[in-house]
Amino acid sequence: MLEVNGLTKSYGKLVAVTGVSFRADHGETIGLLGPNGAGKTTIVSIIAGLLSPDSGEVLIEGKQVRSDTDPVKLKIGLVPQDMALYDQLTARDNLTFFAALYSLAGAKAKQAIDDALHLVALSDRAGDKVKTFSGGMKRRLNLAAALLHDPQILLLDEPTVGVDPQSRNAIFENLETLKKRGKTLIYTTHYMEEAERLCDRIVIIDHGRMIANDTLQGLHKLLPVTNVLAIELDHADGFNPEQMLALAEVKSTELEQGTLRVGVHDLSRGAPVVLRWLAENGHSYHHVSSEQPNLETVFLTLTGRSLRDSK
Amino acid sequence: MIPFLALVRKDLRLFFNDRRAVVVGVLVPIVLASFFGYLFGGQGGNAETSKVAVLVIDQDGSDISRSLITQLAGEKSLDVKPSTLDAAREAVRKGKATAAIVIPKDFGRDAGRALFTGASETGASKPELGLLYDPSHNVELGMVKGILSGAVMQAVSKEMFTGKSGREVVDESLARVENDTQLPAEDRKALRDLLGGVRELNERRDRESASGPAELSGGLTMPYETREQAITSGEDVKYNGYAHSFGGMAVQFILFMGLDVGIALLMLRQSGLWQRFRAAPLSRTMLLGSRTVSASLMAGFILLVLFSFARVVFGVRILGSFAGFVGVCVAFSLMTAAFGLMVAALGETVEATRGYSIMATLIMVMLGGAWVPTFIFPKWLRRLTVIVPTRWAMDGLDGMTWRGLGFSSALAPIAVLLLFTLLFGVVAVMRFRWRTE
Repeated sequence: MLEVNGLTKSYGKLVAVTGVSFRADHGETIGLLGPNGAGKTTIVSIIAGLLSPDSGEVLIEGKQVRSDTDPVKLKIGLVPQDMALYDQLTARDNLTFFAALYSLAGAKAKQAIDDALHLVALSDRAGDKVKTFSGGMKRRLNLAAALLHDPQILLLDEPTVGVDPQSRNAIFENLETLKKRGKTLIYTTHYMEEAERLCDRIVIIDHGRMIANDTLQGLHKLLPVTNVLAIELDHADGFNPEQMLALAEVKSTELEQGTLRVGVHDLSRGAPVVLRWLAENGHSYHHVSSEQPNLETVFLTLTGRSLRDSK
Repeated sequence: MIPFLALVRKDLRLFFNDRRAVVVGVLVPIVLASFFGYLFGGQGGNAETSKVAVLVIDQDGSDISRSLITQLAGEKSLDVKPSTLDAAREAVRKGKATAAIVIPKDFGRDAGRALFTGASETGASKPELGLLYDPSHNVELGMVKGILSGAVMQAVSKEMFTGKSGREVVDESLARVENDTQLPAEDRKALRDLLGGVRELNERRDRESASGPAELSGGLTMPYETREQAITSGEDVKYNGYAHSFGGMAVQFILFMGLDVGIALLMLRQSGLWQRFRAAPLSRTMLLGSRTVSASLMAGFILLVLFSFARVVFGVRILGSFAGFVGVCVAFSLMTAAFGLMVAALGETVEATRGYSIMATLIMVMLGGAWVPTFIFPKWLRRLTVIVPTRWAMDGLDGMTWRGLGFSSALAPIAVLLLFTLLFGVVAVMRFRWRTE
């Protein structure tokens, strides 16, 4: 469906993107994960035809976008990071205008607009001016505007920036519906939770370079541990967690505020060994839970830096 | 075609939704044009023009000075009031009077002698009239000096030829001629004949006066009268100052509207909307072309409203070719749209572009004669204005409205405005940065 091969783009001496390649199949959701300034928006802009790459190519169903009016563009819907709406117009007037940009008019346009408004749950506000909308509603309408021409590929450039958790959840439900309809989604974010929830594959970008491209499970395998046992000890004073590293199943240990975190590769084999060792050595506990490492941990492992604080 | 029409319709809706833009684009020029039209002659040129305030300080108190003041007061273009020197100086300084004429002591006597001999009794070549003036009113000063010259000549000559003090001066001058041993004989004879003739004339008038003739009048007067005729589109058509002022204000505010279009396009480039436009299968020609059409329609709307208002309220009529008027309006609207696109193409930041382009617009408006007629410009500047599109717009609008010229007179303004449209359009297309770098 979408192939990105060896994209490179520089602004003067600043290399924004270098050697990025990935592909997205029909109905697949690809997350472009990386800190702000990593080059995600540049990649999306090149795919959408807003920017020309210095080298590399973007193929949509095997075809490159050759001109401003290339029909291949009809297969792409773009949801820009910045709000792309006219505040002075109503929601329906906005969508009517954006539909017309794709030569949609009359009953066909009306049907597309009604469907899009229904999807983002704004049908009852169709006649209201956008300036009266909340940030979350604008974000949803911003999404709806990209759906009118029924594109197969949807490019979503941080579509949840600046919205409250409830609105973010609503947008996610919209995207999950689109996913079920077989749309291919390219989703840029620096929120690991979003990528974890939505994406089939995750491409991690840092300083314009692609440092990983795998499924969530595949990325977890890059980690030294795949599970962490969190054990709240009754008496943590004097406990030395490093002595547990002698156990073959234990890969890491950490004691913080009475909670012992033990990293293991295989939870079913490691957990009984760890709990037995604690009992045999007279360390009682009152709560046990397991944690899975998240993308934050993956990014930290791959780059040595935190995802949120990365510059 | 659907995207093109949608883009144009969207621009027009946004324009009319923005009350500020409509107010600035329509109401403000109407107010300003009404004001300037009233100042520059108003309807039919019959509106009362303001008189030039002149103060007169009579330190002489002679028959000549009184006669001079009477004549000045009779001038319809002057508002003459007596004053003292200090009060007059203060009034001129504060701008309450344009000029003050100081008639010094013995002016009447010395002026009479200077009329015949060129020298006063005190040895000075001629008596001096003081003229205090406001330097910001140079045009009015010239008018005051002209009127003053005529009035002085008439007052002095009248008194010299027919007044009592004139007879004394004639007698004194005759005695001086007779006693001047250095005067050549031929000159003495000529002066004796002239002055003797004046004395004889006075004596004859005295006799006629004693037997009851009409009151004496005379003195040297201007040997002509002027018959003023305003040349407009027809004999019975009076000049309407509102025609020019509405044209000028329309040109100015439409240019500002074009500027807004350019700035808006510049801002659009920095927004998500531009990304959405560029992601859609739209050609560059369509994106810029739709802007050109929508901006031209807005300009046309402003022209229509302004001239309709001027027609209904102030009786401004298109006395020349209507087709020519429409042609000039269309050409100017297109030129304005292209100007806006060029602003967007050349601009780097919104703030800097706004500053530069406002300056450029104001210069174009000023040089185009939209504020004040170009005839008051220096000659070199008048020649320079042919490179300013607004000059051609103003010429075209003036020609088709109050001058009442035919379509052929609109061809040059239309052609030049379309050339400017082409020039600005080419620059806009070549320099426009399509990519959202």
